[in-house]
Amino acid sequence: MTLLLPVLAGVLFAGGTYLVLTRALARILVGLALLAHGANLLLLSAGGRAGAPAFIGEAGAPETAADPLPQALALTAIVITFAVTAFLAALAARAHHLTGSDAVEDDVEDRRVARSTPEGTS
Amino acid sequence: MSVAALLPIAVPLVAAGLSMALLGRLRAQRAIGIAASAATLTAAVWLLIGVHHGGPVTVVVGAWEAPIGISLVADRLSAVLLVVAEVMLAGVLAFAMGRRGDERSMRFFHPVYHVLAAGVAISFLTGDLFTLFVGFEVMLMASYVLLTHRADAARVRSTITYVVVGLVASVFFLVAIALTYAATGTVDLAELASRLDTVPSSVRSLLALTTLVVFGIKAAVFPLFFWLPDSYPAAPAPVTAIFAGLLTKVGVYAILRTRTLLFAEDGPSELLLVVAGATMVAGVLGAIAQDDIKRILSFHIVSQIGYMIMGIALFTAASLAATVFYVVHHIAVKTSLFLIGGLIEDVEGTGSLRRIGGLARSRPLLAALFLPAALSLAGLPPFSGFVAKLALVEAGVSAGSWAIVGVSVTVSLLTLVSMTKIWNGAFLGEPEGPPAVAERRKLPVLSTAAAAAVVAVGLAVAAVAGPLLDYAGDTAAGLGAAVVEEAP
Repeated sequence: MTLLLPVLAGVLFAGGTYLVLTRALARILVGLALLAHGANLLLLSAGGRAGAPAFIGEAGAPETAADPLPQALALTAIVITFAVTAFLAALAARAHHLTGSDAVEDDVEDRRVARSTPEGTS
Repeated sequence: MSVAALLPIAVPLVAAGLSMALLGRLRAQRAIGIAASAATLTAAVWLLIGVHHGGPVTVVVGAWEAPIGISLVADRLSAVLLVVAEVMLAGVLAFAMGRRGDERSMRFFHPVYHVLAAGVAISFLTGDLFTLFVGFEVMLMASYVLLTHRADAARVRSTITYVVVGLVASVFFLVAIALTYAATGTVDLAELASRLDTVPSSVRSLLALTTLVVFGIKAAVFPLFFWLPDSYPAAPAPVTAIFAGLLTKVGVYAILRTRTLLFAEDGPSELLLVVAGATMVAGVLGAIAQDDIKRILSFHIVSQIGYMIMGIALFTAASLAATVFYVVHHIAVKTSLFLIGGLIEDVEGTGSLRRIGGLARSRPLLAALFLPAALSLAGLPPFSGFVAKLALVEAGVSAGSWAIVGVSVTVSLLTLVSMTKIWNGAFLGEPEGPPAVAERRKLPVLSTAAAAAVVAVGLAVAAVAGPLLDYAGDTAAGLGAAVVEEAP
């Protein structure tokens, strides 16, 4: 159980990194979602062993309860990463609508400057 | 006193809600904006005075004590940066209100701008690593919206890079938080400061490196700066100005805070020195290749970040004080330069140096505003940039780091070259080809006044350089110790 979560997080990081490094925006989007899931799993596993929910007044004694703080952090992080991923999805849809393409382009101005330099034009 | 620490966060959030509810009523939104700016600025100054006389202020939100609950901590560093940030936020808001045209895009500008202000305040005031993450996210989310609202294809393209880099940095931040919690069992900065001493040194270095990468992306240091010159120039003038002034500096603040509070034992850092030098050189060389005002200025943000990192890397009392002073100077000067660049774009229709010229004759007011700000950025006396760079170089000399001193002086000269290029291209000479706009546009009065006010703040930094540098020295001396003492 304790080994499963970190290993799963590692697998998610590996897959996410691979997808983020591609050129298609849809793949990058999925890759980022995987990375975010990996980070959230890592947060959860940072709390140590699994256990009963830590509610005040419930039967679970502090020794058997799971650490609630990483769970709270993970919940917050899930909401935030979800919102940003949704925003990026909307942005990708807009880019597709405007350009008709899904590829991530280079910095246009940068390429122009790079082209103009060898001739010494300013 | 604790109210003063809460207001800079609460007021903008309430203002954002009200402003959103009053969508389409621009006059009401403006009134809310003015009231919120005045209130937060007053609270920030009040907080600064309180912290100056009474020491750090700690507020435990929701009355849950520190290891579990969220604490806000204001010490001298956060208070002084907060005041400068609020002044800039107010100035840029006035600038945005004064701009002509596109009223539709201003409808959403107001609520989102308040959210950005709240995010900056959270980042400066938090005493908790996870709340710092939340503050960053609030700030970034607002910046994504400001960048993309009513954007064309070019702006969407550059924003996608910005959002992807921002999201990757956020994931790294979460990893850093998870590792920190796994190693120490807390995310409260004051608790961490004492508990990290018991952690094995290899784990400590891992945590130090992860946080450095996260904040390095936010602060745009070499080699993690590539997203900045691509995305910033695409935005509307007020948005670029406030991003340039504040967002990267929040990253620098986070590096300064973690280095002094959590990893103070590591002392001077060779790695950071190399990063600082490379950041200065990469930024300034990038700037020299460009010929658009906003892009030149964007590369200079990167270059200037190098100076701030240099002060943190040297890690002496004098160098940390110089960094604090440098951040204050840079926020004011950089914001004013971008506002002037925005004014040039507004009246000339373009920021390309090849298409404008002779502004010294046709727009003497803009020339008079640009000159002191540009000379200050390059570090010429008697402006604030000179004091900031002198303080850094002195700290470098007394630490015996001659290489970084040499690099910083050289880069300072190259900055002057670059500012001269803008001066020659925009203010002297003749434009190539016909002007971008046929009719002669008048300078918007309120925007020009706001830009002039921000330039005046930059000059005021120079005028009060002596006391401010002393204050920065006290601030640096209080770093690390201050927050630990206040923790319950």
